[in-house]
Amino acid sequence: MDLLEYQGKHLFAKHGVAVPEGRPAKTVEEAVDAAQEVGYPCVVKAQVLVGGRGKAGGIKVANDRDEVEEHARAILGMDLKGFTVHEVYVEKASEIDEEYYAAFVFDRSAKMTMAMLSKMGGMDVEAITDEDPEAMRMLHVDPLLGFQDFQGRRLAFEAGIAADVIRPVAAIMARLYETFVAEDAMLVEVNPLLVTKSREVVALDAKMTVDASALYRHPEMAEFRTEEGADPQESMARERGLTYVALDGNIGILGNGAGLVMSTLDVVAQAGGRPANFLDAGGGAKAEAITQAVEVILSNESVTAVLFNIFGGITRCDEVATGLIEAFDQIKPDVPFVVRLDGTNDKEGRALLAEANLPNVHAESTMLGAAQKVVELAG
Amino acid sequence: MSVLVGEDTRLCVSGITGREGTFHAMNNRRYGTQVVAGVTPGKSGEDVEGVPVFDTFHDAVVQTGANTAMIFVPPRFAADSILEAEDAGVELIVAITEGIPAHDELRVYNHLKRGSSRLVGPNCPGILSPGKANVGIIPATFFSPGNVGVVSRSGTLTYQIGSELAQNGFGNSSIVGIGGDPVPGSSFIDILELFEADSETELIVLSGEIGGDAEERAAEYIAEHVTKPVVAYIAGFTAPPGKTMGHAGAIVSGSEGTAVAKAEALESKGVRVGRTPTEVAEIAAEVLGA
Repeated sequence: MDLLEYQGKHLFAKHGVAVPEGRPAKTVEEAVDAAQEVGYPCVVKAQVLVGGRGKAGGIKVANDRDEVEEHARAILGMDLKGFTVHEVYVEKASEIDEEYYAAFVFDRSAKMTMAMLSKMGGMDVEAITDEDPEAMRMLHVDPLLGFQDFQGRRLAFEAGIAADVIRPVAAIMARLYETFVAEDAMLVEVNPLLVTKSREVVALDAKMTVDASALYRHPEMAEFRTEEGADPQESMARERGLTYVALDGNIGILGNGAGLVMSTLDVVAQAGGRPANFLDAGGGAKAEAITQAVEVILSNESVTAVLFNIFGGITRCDEVATGLIEAFDQIKPDVPFVVRLDGTNDKEGRALLAEANLPNVHAESTMLGAAQKVVELAG
Repeated sequence: MSVLVGEDTRLCVSGITGREGTFHAMNNRRYGTQVVAGVTPGKSGEDVEGVPVFDTFHDAVVQTGANTAMIFVPPRFAADSILEAEDAGVELIVAITEGIPAHDELRVYNHLKRGSSRLVGPNCPGILSPGKANVGIIPATFFSPGNVGVVSRSGTLTYQIGSELAQNGFGNSSIVGIGGDPVPGSSFIDILELFEADSETELIVLSGEIGGDAEERAAEYIAEHVTKPVVAYIAGFTAPPGKTMGHAGAIVSGSEGTAVAKAEALESKGVRVGRTPTEVAEIAAEVLGA
């Protein structure tokens, strides 16, 4: 789950990472009030999960009340690279002396955390490494030992950080690592990490991704969930505990297990079709979940045919069949369904479907055959 | 032969008194696996259909000689249960639990790699050695003993590939689900090494998917260390670029993690990649001359 800048900064502050004073605001009035509290000059920043906000006109400096009002009015509701801005962050302006880059990344490949520091901040991370591969200093952190003081110093010296802020930069790295671990983050990125004119080191931006599997131990993050830019079917599926990803085709897809569903999308595409979605009903899905899944798939009006591809392991095919029959009873779909049931209780499942004799439901015995059939029916 | 689980497996199930734990432990026992113990704190002295339950893994190991653990407890207790099994000296720990926090997995992985226990999973379907033992949730009825070893990141896709192989007349030495979590205890490479050394295995099927760089690493390993034929499958050619860990993540791993990149990495090392599960089975048949 990606966090907005101000949410990340809230967590930074909690762990002792210095950030400029700021307030979030959802309306022009709230923005004006926020500016009164933080003082002028201040910066009005669009809160959306996308980079390059400044260049796109989503970050503006305000010197007085009129300017805050003007900027908040312009930014709130604007379309920023496809995301509508619903919130701004009003932050005290900082006097910039130097801009660095700092990050901690969950490195799946090395199975350790990667610490990163560069003195070339304020630009894209790719631009830093393109310009000078040596400018990005990186080292791994042993998760059983944690981030050591020497590692912070080493990164700072090697990155060529100004001598007077070596220790403050190393110290803020240690606080960022604490944030990374304590908040179950997959990514903590600060770009730029700022040295102000008075030589203070502060995080001017915050990009954080947190582990969705760990949300149970961070109740405060429940409020962080943002629906910005979310597809209506995706939100609907999430409420029902289903994994759904919107695609741009017309064939609705339901399967069990992420790998099998991905494979189903590939096989449908090879048969000449265009999938409308990825939907993983999960392991052990019960009839009710299947009924809800059908509801989500059919709420997308582009769908002209639906493919069920189930290989039962802990999922039982008779449960899937029962769910589908229930869905037909409730929703009365007007598009054709192709159903392939294999694995645990497949005979029982197929028998249930045969008995129900649902209109426009076609049984297929193989994945390939089912894909070809649904492409033919989808038109 | 087979790998990891077989006639010598003595299984202890963590979470055996839970609904799913009981169901699958009994399923594994019906298949012929020696299920010797269960662990549920506070329930020692009880039994689950004749399988004794202990408070701790230490008691279970001392009293029953358990050498394999299956973890079936909910995510928030799973890392602790894996560490307990390791501390009790269990050689092989198979973690089925889905949804363990990534940082817990990171700590567990880095601790276990300093010792001698092996972890398979988490978030995996387990390991099946047809005709010998089943540890996990793989529906065993679709598989028969044979000479094809399968290693996969996905559960149900493994069943799909296994059934396609069966339709082409192949059985399996072992089927190993390594799981799709950020920090799997065992990698493709760990399992490839076992299949390479296993006398029964004549061909290896590797089933991967988008994300991470495990397939790319496996390709390098195969080129240098695997003499047996390997046929690969990658799921996710049409998947949209998912939520990544930002640009920093891509720089660190040095890989885009796309299906195309993975297939190219494997093919450049001489590994044939089937574009559908059906094609994987066809290539296997061609290679083995069946």
